[in-house]
Amino acid sequence: MGIEFIKPGINIDFLGRKKWGFFISFMLILFGLTSLIIKGGPRYGIDFTGGTIVQVRFKGPVSADTIRTALKKINLGGSAVQPFGPGGIEYLIRAKQTSGELKRLAEKIREVLEERLGKGSVEIRRVEMVGPKVGKDLRKKALLALFYAILAIGIYISGRFEMKWAVSAAVGISLLTIVYLLSLFDVSLSLLVIGAFVATLVLYIILDLRFALGAIIALIHDVFITVGIFSLTNKEIDLPIIAALLTIMGYSLNDTIVVFDRIRENLRRSYKEKFSNIINRSINEVLSRTVLTSFTTLLVLIALFIWGGEVIHNFVFALLIGVIVGTYSSIFIASPTLVALEERRYVFKRAKNG
Amino acid sequence: MKGLRWRIFLILGILFFTLIYLIPSLVPGLPIWWGDIFSTKKIQLGLDLKGGIHLILEVQAKEAVKATVDRLAEDVEDELKKAKIPFLTVERKGIKDINIQLVRESDIERLQNIVKKGYPEFDWKGVESRGRLKIVRLSLMDKRVEQIEHLAVTQALETIRNRIDEFGVTEPDIRGCGGNRILVQLPGVKDPQRAINIIGKTARLEFKLVDNVHSLEEALKGNIPPDDQILYEVSIDKRTGQQVEIPYLLEKRTLLTGDYISDARVLIDPETNEPYVGISFNKQGAKIFAKITGENVGRRLAIILDNKIHSAPVIREKIPRGEARITGAFTLEEAKDLAVVLRAGALPAPIRILEERTIGPSLGQDSIKKGFRASLIGGALVLIFMIIYYALSGAIANVALFLNLLLIMAGLAAFQATLTLPGIAGIALTIGMAVDANVLIFERIREELRLGKTPRAALDAGYGKAFWTIFDANMTTLITALILFQYGTGPIRGFAITLSLGLIANMFTAIFMTKVIFDILVYRLRLKRLSI
Repeated sequence: MGIEFIKPGINIDFLGRKKWGFFISFMLILFGLTSLIIKGGPRYGIDFTGGTIVQVRFKGPVSADTIRTALKKINLGGSAVQPFGPGGIEYLIRAKQTSGELKRLAEKIREVLEERLGKGSVEIRRVEMVGPKVGKDLRKKALLALFYAILAIGIYISGRFEMKWAVSAAVGISLLTIVYLLSLFDVSLSLLVIGAFVATLVLYIILDLRFALGAIIALIHDVFITVGIFSLTNKEIDLPIIAALLTIMGYSLNDTIVVFDRIRENLRRSYKEKFSNIINRSINEVLSRTVLTSFTTLLVLIALFIWGGEVIHNFVFALLIGVIVGTYSSIFIASPTLVALEERRYVFKRAKNG
Repeated sequence: MKGLRWRIFLILGILFFTLIYLIPSLVPGLPIWWGDIFSTKKIQLGLDLKGGIHLILEVQAKEAVKATVDRLAEDVEDELKKAKIPFLTVERKGIKDINIQLVRESDIERLQNIVKKGYPEFDWKGVESRGRLKIVRLSLMDKRVEQIEHLAVTQALETIRNRIDEFGVTEPDIRGCGGNRILVQLPGVKDPQRAINIIGKTARLEFKLVDNVHSLEEALKGNIPPDDQILYEVSIDKRTGQQVEIPYLLEKRTLLTGDYISDARVLIDPETNEPYVGISFNKQGAKIFAKITGENVGRRLAIILDNKIHSAPVIREKIPRGEARITGAFTLEEAKDLAVVLRAGALPAPIRILEERTIGPSLGQDSIKKGFRASLIGGALVLIFMIIYYALSGAIANVALFLNLLLIMAGLAAFQATLTLPGIAGIALTIGMAVDANVLIFERIREELRLGKTPRAALDAGYGKAFWTIFDANMTTLITALILFQYGTGPIRGFAITLSLGLIANMFTAIFMTKVIFDILVYRLRLKRLSI
């Protein structure tokens, strides 16, 4: 036999401590939300706002001020110069401006820097220029992708866990149609998607699709906290971060499904036991696996975070948060939601019968 | 155990094909016979790893419409002159309309006939009276406008392809991506600005006569004669280094364009030692050129590139051979690039850059190095952990993990998908998540063993019960990965691909393959205790 981190027969009263869970989640969401409100929404990267990023590298150390003075000549309104990596030889220059002209901003930046520091002393390592039109397109696509992912997942879970393929598919398709129709009339897309999310949740409650609801609340919880932490740490949200959010959804769900699967299995076997007991037991039974998988995934992510280089730093950071929060939410958010809905149904039934 | 032999064969078969697909990426000089039998496709690296330029361009197709309408307006003008119908002006209004100012009302019907016969692509919009003038408005039909725009994009695509061919980039990717947009990906380009200049220069070459009747001073004050225009020659003053702009009053009519060029090459002027671009016209172009030069000896002919005058030499005699030179203060590189662009032909309309992502080759190298190192460290940690935690079973899971990696790589080569930096992260993430399946199974087996089952029974129960959990968990992640693939661009697509491949491969390696290994241990080697 190998080692065991979590001893068999462990029985932690997770549901008894769900208030703690809700409290932590509430605080995290509150902090994130406050930060988001103060800062006027997430800090979008140039992928979504449009703009230019130029990564320059010099032969030797150069101060940020030198770069700023040199850049004054080309009048980049609202530009920022920030060091990239250690040593002061590499910098990111960000500008809100974009230029569709053939002579790029990057080339102009190189010219003024070389004028000051000597020819051949500047290497342009990376240029990212996204025009405002493209930025808007990408933002729209990103929001829709998140929305489609949640819809598809909802359909799959309701189908697999409650055998309600038809109902959930009908919900999904009608929501899709509504979003599509409204998007034809210039309604603000972010409002639209938020509205659609709320509609989805309400529909799931009404139709009593408990598993899907629990999973989706956990998903939104994870994504929200990740976005909140990005806002708190003042990190930018760009395309790779959206990819990370989608992956977090997949991962969080992975955990949730493992717990749900066990709940379903135990429900079938012992229908006399109290619902919340079954759930608590199920969480404990798969606890060992939950901890282990998160652990191995975290091992890899930490390695990527430390050694993977600056380019994917934020991407991996988002995944790290997501994996931690995703593991936590499948225990403290998804499962208690199931219980809450079950109790609601119980009360409902009693009221009807009595 | 049922069908164990067949399952072993299946695994060996898949292993064989995996290796076949991997070999081209790993072994540099494959013998020729290899390509006759097997695939020679290699794993493609994305631009973020290889270095290169990614551009999304927009063809200003409206400009092509304007140019067409301008040309048609000139034709209409000619016809009016031929038919001796007096008029004030014929000019384009907006993008697709032409206004014709007629002097006599009685000519309207004649004009209508001319339009109906010669210019069916125009809608007759009506006549407006302004004093004694009659203004006829024609409008290019929407269908024709669409056609011109579509043609402009196709032509631009073709021209850019030709230019990149001439410039010499290996494995460029140039294609339309909806509407007026064109996607250009050029791996491994060292000087992005130069490449962009070559792609994006409109390179409209025109020959126009300098007006020798009207006064330039008057025109600069704003009184430009109706058939004339002012363009500038831009040059650098050699003493001061300042840019000087010299205005010229030109006759508007274009006599000859770059469409008739058959060749363009860089030559060095032996007197000034400066490079210039020598162009040769094709037969038809040479004929036109001979006619122009023959009829206008003594006048100045302006050579105009993208609305800038390069030079305006005096025509000394008729030039029958159809050769001309474009001079101007070129560096040798600029002259070379201009020759490339002229040979490949002009763009039908100017283009703008909507999106650019350029990665320098050194940064790409860095990314590969760091990405692989981090993945190796992360992967090694997971492998070590699995052995410590699950002993022999952990080692079996590790074998599955290793095959999973091979399958992802082979899949990348077989489907010709691109490996990007986020893609490498995706592989690393797969390592973390792939062991999940085995963790699920092993934990289940441990549970069953604790209930007192025999190793055989525990194995079967463990695999049986864990299967659907793993299936559901993988399916949902796969759903998000597929949505990511649909919506993502370049690097992110790479992530979605490696993640999806990893998940699918995982179903095979972590479940099917490890079960076969366990079955061999338990049924063939009659293992009494499971090391788990």
